[in-house]
Amino acid sequence: MSEMSISVSAPTVHPGSQPLPEAPAKVTARNLNFYYGEHHALKNINLALGTNRVTAFIGPSGCGKSTLLRIFNRMYDLYPGQRATGQLLLDHTNMLDPKLDLNLLRARVGMVFQKPTPFPMTIYENIAFGIRLYEKISKSEMDDRVEKALRGGALWNEVKDKLNASGLSLSGGQQQRLCIARTVAVRPEVILFDEPCSALDPISTAKVEELIQELSENYTIAIVTHNMQQAARVSDKTAFMYLGELIEFDDTSKIFTSPSDRRTQDYITGRFG
Amino acid sequence: MNPIYSRRRRWDVIIRGLCIAAAAFGVTWLALILITLLYNGLAGLNLQVFTADTPPPGSTEGGLRNAIVGSLIMTVIGVGIGAPLGLFAGTYLAEYGRNDKLTSVIRFINDILLSAPSIIIGLFIYGAVVVPMRGFSAIAGSLALAVIVIPVVVRTTEDMLLLVPNPLREAASALGLPRSLVIKRIAYRAARSGLITGVLLATARVAGETAPLLFTALSNQFFSLGLDKTMANLPVTINNFVQSPYAYWKQLAWSGALLITLTVLALNIGARILGAERTAK
Repeated sequence: MSEMSISVSAPTVHPGSQPLPEAPAKVTARNLNFYYGEHHALKNINLALGTNRVTAFIGPSGCGKSTLLRIFNRMYDLYPGQRATGQLLLDHTNMLDPKLDLNLLRARVGMVFQKPTPFPMTIYENIAFGIRLYEKISKSEMDDRVEKALRGGALWNEVKDKLNASGLSLSGGQQQRLCIARTVAVRPEVILFDEPCSALDPISTAKVEELIQELSENYTIAIVTHNMQQAARVSDKTAFMYLGELIEFDDTSKIFTSPSDRRTQDYITGRFG
Repeated sequence: MNPIYSRRRRWDVIIRGLCIAAAAFGVTWLALILITLLYNGLAGLNLQVFTADTPPPGSTEGGLRNAIVGSLIMTVIGVGIGAPLGLFAGTYLAEYGRNDKLTSVIRFINDILLSAPSIIIGLFIYGAVVVPMRGFSAIAGSLALAVIVIPVVVRTTEDMLLLVPNPLREAASALGLPRSLVIKRIAYRAARSGLITGVLLATARVAGETAPLLFTALSNQFFSLGLDKTMANLPVTINNFVQSPYAYWKQLAWSGALLITLTVLALNIGARILGAERTAK
C-alpha cells in the first residue's frame, strides 16, 4: 500500500541523475543546537554540505530548516536572545567562534532570501556595491565584473541596456536573479537559498532552478524549499527535518524513492505537512 | 421594500449627512481664516515689505526685512542644530537600540517633549541660556527652536527607518556589510525621502513659533545679524504689531502672517511631494 502511494505521488527525480560521488565537506555541523531564548529550535543536528554540491532542506513549516540555514552565515547574530551551541565548521574555521569576524564570514557565505531584496539603487550599483566593499578596482574592471555577475545571474540580456535603471523597477523574478547575481559577484564559497522561488511565477522559478544547477559547478549550495519537486530537481542531497530534528539525510534520489524513515515517507507522499 | 433594509437606508442618509455637516463646519472656518488672511495680507504686500526694516511707532513707511531675515537665520540655525541631533537619536532608536529597554524610555520622553507647550521650551531656554548669558540673544532663540525640532525629527526618523523592511538589512548584512554601512548605505537610502520630509515638517513647525522666541531672541526694532544680540523675527513682530494701535503696523502684521502661512504651505507641499514619491516606489 505504502509502496503504491510513493510511486504514484512522490516527485520524480530527474531522469538519469545518478548520485554523485561523495564530495569533501565544505560545511560540517556536529551536535548543533539552536535556541530562540528558551525555545529549543534545533536539536543535535549532524550533517555536512558537500563541496560544490546542492543540498536541499525540506520539512513542514516550523521544522527548523530556515533556522538552520540562518546559522550557516550567523544571520541569527543580528537578533538578541538567539544562540547556537555545538560545532559548526566552514572548512576548518569554527563558525560559532564568538570572536569570528562576521562580515568576513558573510562575504564567504552568501545568502538569497525568500522575497527579492534589491537595494534602493541602480541595477549596476546593486552589483558593484558589494564588490566595492572588499576590492578596489578600476571602472573598466568593475564593468567587467558587473557584466560577469549579471551573466552569472542569467539576467544580463534582459538588463544590459538599462543598467542605470533602479533595481526596484525589475519584475519579481528579475529582482531575484539580480539578488543572486549580487551574491555571486562577491565570490563567496557557499550560497544559501532560503525558499528563493516562493514569491516567483513558474517561468521565473524554472530560470532560478536552472541557475542553481549551473552555480553548483563552482559553489557549495544549500537550499530551503517547501516545494518537493524543486528539491528533487535541483539537489544532490536532501535533508528532511521535522520538529527541529534532522530525520533523514541522504542522496536526493534515495530520499524520494526509498526513504528509510516512516516520517520522511509520509511527508514526501503528502500525508502531512 | 424590506422594512429592515429601508430603515438601514434612512439611518445611512442621516449619518452621512451629519458627517458631511461636521466636515463642512471645520473646513468653512479654515477657509474663512485663509480668505481673510489673503485679503488683508495681500493688500499690504509690496516690495517695501522685503526691503525696509520695521518702522517706528506712528510711521507709515517701512517693512519687515529685519524680521524676515531674523526668522530665516534662527530657523536655519535651529534646524541645523536640531535636525542632525534628531536624525542621530532616531537612528539609535530604530537601528542600534531597537531591542533595548532604554529605547522605550527614550521614546516615551521624546513623545512628552513632542507635545510639550512651546512656551515651556521658551522658558527652559530662558533659564538655561538667557539668564547665564545675561541677555536675550538670537542664539538663545535658535536653541529654543532646535529643542522643538529635535523630538519631531526623532519621531519621523524612527518611524521612517522602522518602515524599511528588515529583509533588506539582512540582505545587506549577508553580503558582509558592517552594521554602520547597512544603516548609512541601505537603510538611509531606502528611507531618504521620508527622512527629508521629517526635517521639512519640523522646519514648518518652527517657522511660525512665537512663544519660544518671546523669552529668548525677544525682538529687535532694527536690522541685526549678531547672534549674541536680540534679533527681529516674524512671529514676535506680528504679535507686537497686532496689539498696537497703529494701522500701518497692523497692516504689516497681516502681511507677515501671510508670508509665514505661505512658507509653511510650501514646506508642507514639498513634504507631500516627497512622501508621494516614496509610496510610488
